[in-house]
Amino acid sequence: MPSVVELSDITKSFEGVTALKGVSFDVREGEVHALLGENGAGKSTLIRIIAGSHLPDAGVLRVSGEPVRFGSPRDARRRGIATIYQELLLFPELTVAENVFLGNAPRTRLGSLDWAAMRARARALLDSLDSPDLSVDAKVGGLSVANRQRVEIAKALSQDPRVLVMDEPTASLAQADVDRLLAVVRRLRERGVAVVYVSHRLAEVFAIADRVTVLRDGAAVGTRAISEVTEASLVSMMVGRPVDQLFPKGQTELGRTMLEVRGLSSRDGVRDVSFSVKAGEILGIAGLVGSGRTELALAIFGIAPATAGEILVDGKPVRIDGPRRARDLGIAYVPEDRGQQGLVRSHTIRENVTLAVLDRVARAGILDRAEETRRAREAIERFRIRARGPEQLARQLSGGNQQKVVLAKWLGAEPRILILDEPTRGIDVGAKAEVHALMSDLARQGLAIVMISSELPEVLGMSDRVLVMNRGRLVGEFDRAHATADAVGAAMTRAPREGAA
Amino acid sequence: MSESSLARARPLRAPARLARAFEAYGQELVVLGALVVLMAVVGAVNPRYLSDTNLVSIFAGNAYIAVAAIGMSLVIISGNIDVSVGSLIGVLGTIAGTLAVGGHSRWVAWLVPIAAGVAVNAVLGALVAYARIPSIVVTLGAMSILRGGLISATSGAWISDLPGDFLIAQKRFLGVPSPFWFAAVLTVIVAIWMRHGAFGRSIYAVGGNADAARAAGIRTKETIVAVFAIHGFFAGVAAILFCTQLQVIQSTVPPNLELNVITASVIGGVSILGGTGTVVGSTLAALLFAAIASALIFLDISAYWLRAVLGLMILATVLADMARRRRTI
Repeated sequence: MPSVVELSDITKSFEGVTALKGVSFDVREGEVHALLGENGAGKSTLIRIIAGSHLPDAGVLRVSGEPVRFGSPRDARRRGIATIYQELLLFPELTVAENVFLGNAPRTRLGSLDWAAMRARARALLDSLDSPDLSVDAKVGGLSVANRQRVEIAKALSQDPRVLVMDEPTASLAQADVDRLLAVVRRLRERGVAVVYVSHRLAEVFAIADRVTVLRDGAAVGTRAISEVTEASLVSMMVGRPVDQLFPKGQTELGRTMLEVRGLSSRDGVRDVSFSVKAGEILGIAGLVGSGRTELALAIFGIAPATAGEILVDGKPVRIDGPRRARDLGIAYVPEDRGQQGLVRSHTIRENVTLAVLDRVARAGILDRAEETRRAREAIERFRIRARGPEQLARQLSGGNQQKVVLAKWLGAEPRILILDEPTRGIDVGAKAEVHALMSDLARQGLAIVMISSELPEVLGMSDRVLVMNRGRLVGEFDRAHATADAVGAAMTRAPREGAA
Repeated sequence: MSESSLARARPLRAPARLARAFEAYGQELVVLGALVVLMAVVGAVNPRYLSDTNLVSIFAGNAYIAVAAIGMSLVIISGNIDVSVGSLIGVLGTIAGTLAVGGHSRWVAWLVPIAAGVAVNAVLGALVAYARIPSIVVTLGAMSILRGGLISATSGAWISDLPGDFLIAQKRFLGVPSPFWFAAVLTVIVAIWMRHGAFGRSIYAVGGNADAARAAGIRTKETIVAVFAIHGFFAGVAAILFCTQLQVIQSTVPPNLELNVITASVIGGVSILGGTGTVVGSTLAALLFAAIASALIFLDISAYWLRAVLGLMILATVLADMARRRRTI
């Protein structure tokens, strides 16, 4: 079977950071080729090159054997390549049919929009996707995520593509919708469409892919037929070492309860959540995007204060009306979005590291620069931050090193309770292991740690106990022995019993 | 990247030190260099440019812009802007003059307008911080109110017969005109305070990333109100220096004054995006404009070119700022 799209020896870097080095990849007619890799491995860059959003610095991209240079996504579409991104790019105020044909709507002979043809063809496309229940006249804004995704697929198919690139299409779908999506992908494969399927859910990859390519740190680790690999061999390809070393949380003696919340609710989606965490414990909170896990952290830390319920620190009820109060109570929060809530990017490492302890490094309002520098040097050494010194600007650091600066900032405040939101998202594998080792270490020193993560292996490997959130509520609690991928995953994706939104 | 970081781990040699200084204070050094070169070149063409009287007119006559730019720089560093400062200076100067001719002591005539500046700007800061109205909107409103109020109240009448001891800008200390001292001393104090003070650091943090600053326990709202109030203090001092330069006060708003003040901050290296810059830069930039304006006269070039030159300098500075940021993202 000939390759429809073929990349040879592709290299791409951004601002001196290499995203892809010498990667080769191809996809054939009637094949599903899965692209696997951890966050930051280079998957997105690779598909953006195929989709025409990025030009490679070196290497050749061929379509049907012919070398091409895509100046824009439009060029790629013209060559029959359609891409469905993780964040769906639809117009909520327009109908399904309008969205499907936006930009290439059928015209009447007079040049006006041919509404009848548009609706009929949209209907036919949706029927071919096994979605007869989806009205072509519905406004997209009112549809569920799964239905919006079907609209996006219909939109891609309306141009009759030969190649369909799907970027983590199941990231925010419930299991039933995932099955339906996989059925659609199989049908496309039967029609001869070449599918590039990006995911980090191994179960799906085994269910759907013919071949799989693993990326790690911007390089292709290997391409295998799906029959040649096992879940374990894929994971070790992804992380570059045997799996059992990856999550080093050891047994620790649990101390007294440090933080307890009772019946906590907040305006933006936390509902009646109760839990407690002890000194020396890592409590994992799992949940899909939008399940309320981050909002829970924001409520405890006072960024979006709770509207109901009780928070107890060290057994005493407290009122947390802002981050300053939370900090003074010994709570630290390392946010999911480093750029937004973590770092001041225009500041140096020194200035970032001391930001949460300004009153401790200042006497009578005057900063003790020597003390600041000492703290910054210590942080660089302790967290192995790769930087040329305390005076380097935070924005010049890589993602993993920025994350370490944020961690250093908060650990410098000597918290007793540490809330980590996606502590390893978007950082490279080496840094990830370092962050995990550090968490274990901190737990051993008696910190109570709440770790929010959407990566199941991380949650299962690091946590002493796992709580699962789903639509703002706690829907499951598992101790280490009972926290299996199946049980936790099922609780994360289970649809609520009634249609209450 | 890793090679260069290895190289930099060793103790810095002189060129590396210079490069580092340039990275940290690039814009200030550029402005200082431009000032020196300009004065040398124009002085060579026309030696009278460097005469005592002309230097006094350049530096003392425009010191009030440098003083106002100190406060403006803090406002911009905190991630905000104030377009009403020119109108405020006009109003405060008129208040000062009215008090002076009304028989009040000169201290009353000096300090009441400064207090009024602090109060007015604290209100503006509160609107920005607590009512969450963007500072450009708040201060545009304030600009209209102050300007309109001033003209309605005074009908543009001039205030004359100012008592001699009120005219502080015309006094000298150690032979140097007082406005120069005000600009120099205030700049140095604020520069040190911004660099070494915990509150100065908070201002940079709020402008660099307000969410991160708040999450780190900094009182971002109080910080913004305080920054505006401090800016009001400097506007008050600038107003006193401005209105005591001459024997009369025109009770109108000096045209383009707010723009000149903002321009001084921006060309001095204060990023319009907030979070970076120093008051040393803004003071040097204020002096640079004054020197350019005077040079145009001495070189017999139309003064209208001044605005064009300033505009080009603003664009060049902002482009350089953006390029610097992009390079390191």
